[in-house]
Amino acid sequence: MKDPASTARWHLATCHGCGLLSRAGTGHAARCPRCGTPLHARKPESIARTWALIVAAAILYVPANLLPIMETSSLFGAQNDTIMSGVVYLWVSGSWHLALVVFIASIVVPMAKLIALVILVLSVQLRARWQPVQRTRLYRLVELVGRWSMLDVYVVTLLVALVQLEALATIRPGPGALAFGAVVVLTMFAAMSFDPRLIWDSMEKNDA
Amino acid sequence: MSLAEQPLVACHDCDLLQREPLLPQGGVVRCRRCGATLLRSHPRSSERALAFTLGALFLFILANVFPIVGLKLSGDYIQTNLLGAAQAMYDNDMRLVAGLVLITTFAAPLAQMLAMTYLLLPACLGRRPPQARRVFRGMTLVQPWGMLEVFVLGILVSLVKLAHLAAVVPGVALWSFGGVMLLMAAATASFDARDLWARLEAAR
Repeated sequence: MKDPASTARWHLATCHGCGLLSRAGTGHAARCPRCGTPLHARKPESIARTWALIVAAAILYVPANLLPIMETSSLFGAQNDTIMSGVVYLWVSGSWHLALVVFIASIVVPMAKLIALVILVLSVQLRARWQPVQRTRLYRLVELVGRWSMLDVYVVTLLVALVQLEALATIRPGPGALAFGAVVVLTMFAAMSFDPRLIWDSMEKNDA
Repeated sequence: MSLAEQPLVACHDCDLLQREPLLPQGGVVRCRRCGATLLRSHPRSSERALAFTLGALFLFILANVFPIVGLKLSGDYIQTNLLGAAQAMYDNDMRLVAGLVLITTFAAPLAQMLAMTYLLLPACLGRRPPQARRVFRGMTLVQPWGMLEVFVLGILVSLVKLAHLAAVVPGVALWSFGGVMLLMAAATASFDARDLWARLEAAR
C-alpha cells in the first residue's frame, strides 16, 4: 500500500461492535453481517450533534457549580455546600489529597472536557491539518476521563443515605446534584457523537 | 502466508486501512498512523475474561447484600448499601439522580457481567448461545455507562467526610466493590471481541 487509504475510499466500513471490516451498503439500513451493529462510514451528523450537546453541557455547567449540591441541617444551623465549598472543606480539614481529587474530578475534568471537544470539533470544521495524532490522542483522553466527574454525585448520594439522624443532623441533596449529573451525561454523549475519523478525513482530502 | 493474502484491518479511530500483521501470542498491534490499539492477543483470552467475570459477579452480589458503610453516633447505628443510597436520593425528590446512580453503579455493570457470561461461557464450551448478536450489541451499548471505579473512589471520599461526624464502620461491601472493580478491569482487558466471534462463528 503506497498511500494512506481510509475505508471510505474503498467503500468499506468497520463495525464499531466487533471490528469486522465489510463492504459498506448503500442507505442507512446497513448492518454488520457478523454482529448486527448498524454500520456507518462516519457517525451520522457528528458535528451538529456534538455541538448541540457541548452547548447544553456548557449551560448546565454554570448551575452545577453555583447551586448547592448538598444541604446540611444540624444543631449548629443549616449549611449549603457547593462543589467548591466541599473541596475547601476537605482541604481545610487536612485531607488535601482528597480535596485535590474532588477538585480535579468535579471542576477541572468537565471544563477541560468541554474545551477539548470544542477544539476537536472546530479543528474538523476548519479542516485543520495540524497534529492529527495529538488530536486523536486528545479524543481518547476525553473519552477516558469523562466518567470521573460522577464522583461528587456518588458522595452526596452516600451522605444523604447515611446522615439522617433526625435530631442531630440531616443531609439533603441540592439542585446542583441534578445539574451535575446532567453535565456528566451530556458530555459523555457529546464525546460519543464525535467521530475521530473526521480528524483524518481532512488530511486525506488535501492529499488527493 | 504472503503479504497479499493477509486480511485487511481498519483503524477504528482514524480509519486507516492496513494489512493485518501476524500477531504473536500476547502481542499488540497498533495503528501505523494514529497509534490506536488495533488488535491484542492474549493467550486463552475468552477463558480468562470468563473467569474474571464470574469472580466479579460473585463479589457484586456480596457488594449489594452487605452494607457499604455504617455510622455510629450516640447509640444510633445507621448503615446503607448501594440500593439503600439510591432509595434515599429517590425519597428526597431526586428521582433522575437516583436513576443515574442506579444505572451507572448497578444496572450497567450487572448487565455487562451477565452479557459477558452469557456469551463467553457457551463460546468457551464450543457452543453458540441464541440471540448472541443482540446480547453482544447490548453489551457494547451499556459498557460506557458502568462507573464502578468512580463509585469506589466516591465511597472513600464519603468515608473521610463522615469521619469528622461520627465513628465510621467500613462494611463488607466496601471491600467487595473494590474487588469487583479490579476483576471487571481485568475481564475487560482480557476480553477480545475477535476471539469471541471466531469461536461463535466456528460453533455455528
